[in-house]
Amino acid sequence: MTSAPKITLQGSYCIEHDALFEAVTLHIPAGQWTCLLGRSGVGKSTILRLILGLETAGQFDGVVFTDDGLPIDGRASYMAQSDLLLPWLNLRENVVLGARLRGETPNLAKADAMIERVGLTDHYAKKPAALSGGMRQRAALARALMEDRPIVLLDEPFSALDAGTRADMQDLTADVLIGRTVLLVTHDPAEACRLGHNISLLTPTGIEPWDVPLAAPVRQTDDPQTLHAQAALLSYLRAVT
Amino acid sequence: MRRLRYPLYATLIGLGLWQAVIWITGAPHFILPSPWRVAATGFESRALIAEHAVVTGTEVILGLLIGAFLGGLTAIQLAASPKMASMMMPLLVFTQAVPVFALAPILTLWFGYGMASKIVMAVLIIYFPVTSSFYDGLMRVTPALLDLAKTMGASNAQIMVRIKIPHALPSLASGLKLAAVYAPIGAVIGEWVGSSQGLGYLMLLANGRAKIDLMFASLIALAVFTVLLHRLISALADKMDSVSLDK
Repeated sequence: MTSAPKITLQGSYCIEHDALFEAVTLHIPAGQWTCLLGRSGVGKSTILRLILGLETAGQFDGVVFTDDGLPIDGRASYMAQSDLLLPWLNLRENVVLGARLRGETPNLAKADAMIERVGLTDHYAKKPAALSGGMRQRAALARALMEDRPIVLLDEPFSALDAGTRADMQDLTADVLIGRTVLLVTHDPAEACRLGHNISLLTPTGIEPWDVPLAAPVRQTDDPQTLHAQAALLSYLRAVT
Repeated sequence: MRRLRYPLYATLIGLGLWQAVIWITGAPHFILPSPWRVAATGFESRALIAEHAVVTGTEVILGLLIGAFLGGLTAIQLAASPKMASMMMPLLVFTQAVPVFALAPILTLWFGYGMASKIVMAVLIIYFPVTSSFYDGLMRVTPALLDLAKTMGASNAQIMVRIKIPHALPSLASGLKLAAVYAPIGAVIGEWVGSSQGLGYLMLLANGRAKIDLMFASLIALAVFTVLLHRLISALADKMDSVSLDK
């Protein structure tokens, strides 16, 4: 893995001449978790797609660049809300999907290490249908880790999980992604306050930074400062139209 | 045996209704022969029927294999190139507007009285259902999955082979199930228009000689063959489903 870069996105985005967001600047510091929050439809996932270089519906007028001047393409891995495991492959085959898709010989020893890291060693030969929602998301995490990329973009990866599993997954993900530049798109103020080194709020008028609690992530769920921050963040999000 | 119980009931009810129509209408045997008479004729002429069934069966199976191969290849081509799809799809639908039956005399003229024209007929009749259902399956892959594959650095060919095709196997399977029922229709129509062998030919021949019981026996042989083919393809399709969906 090359060292994790800082990423900056600057620009405006419109869909059929209607601006989705204008003149935003998003800084994603190197080797840290940045949580991007905002109301539905404000363009959070669009920002993530722009950074990944994926197709979007509208026009982006701006730039995405890294502080080391190298392209993001080929250095980023992606986790979505749904686990996107292929139902006809078993867990280990899913974890090595990236290598297979590039026509490379998969490194099975490394895959087994990643599967162990996410605690699924006993289930490596099972098909996704035989796994629980939390296990499937852990498998997706192992697949992302297998890519061993310095940049990781997460699009609400925990939103479909139950509360207990979600907290477990947050801890595990934060642990295994230490040192990488992470952008987490989320709806959940509690998640952002728990995991974020930085929190950015996306509104139609731009991106605003939000003060994070003093403690370092991952923060305790019962930490008073964290609880206070998430309550304030929720109130703010409800007030923003 | 338990699985066969209900199809057996249905067959018995069908035979009962058939016999009831004969009793009620008093239809003579050269208009509507009784099930018993048809069975007896079928048994007596089993060698003749089998000989012609082998011809029709060969036409159908070759038609099915070629049609499925061409249909599958077309669907992959269309799915690989959206431009090609927007150009070809209306054309394919248009060709379906031409009744394949109307083409039978032309195909016989072009491909002769032998098996070739019947195989082409069967291919034409199943080509569209296979292409269309497989293509739909190929295009219905979750966009997020394709995004994931792109971020992993996958080539379009790898995405096709490792994601789209396995994902579309159940759709291909339903297309093939339809094809198993349609292909015999194509072959028999071809035989009606011009041939010297096959169950369609035997039916026409028997009809011309007022051997209605032989005609019915040939028809039943054709129906049984089609049902068996459908069962075989369905079993294959279930296997394809289980590969793709891990049921």
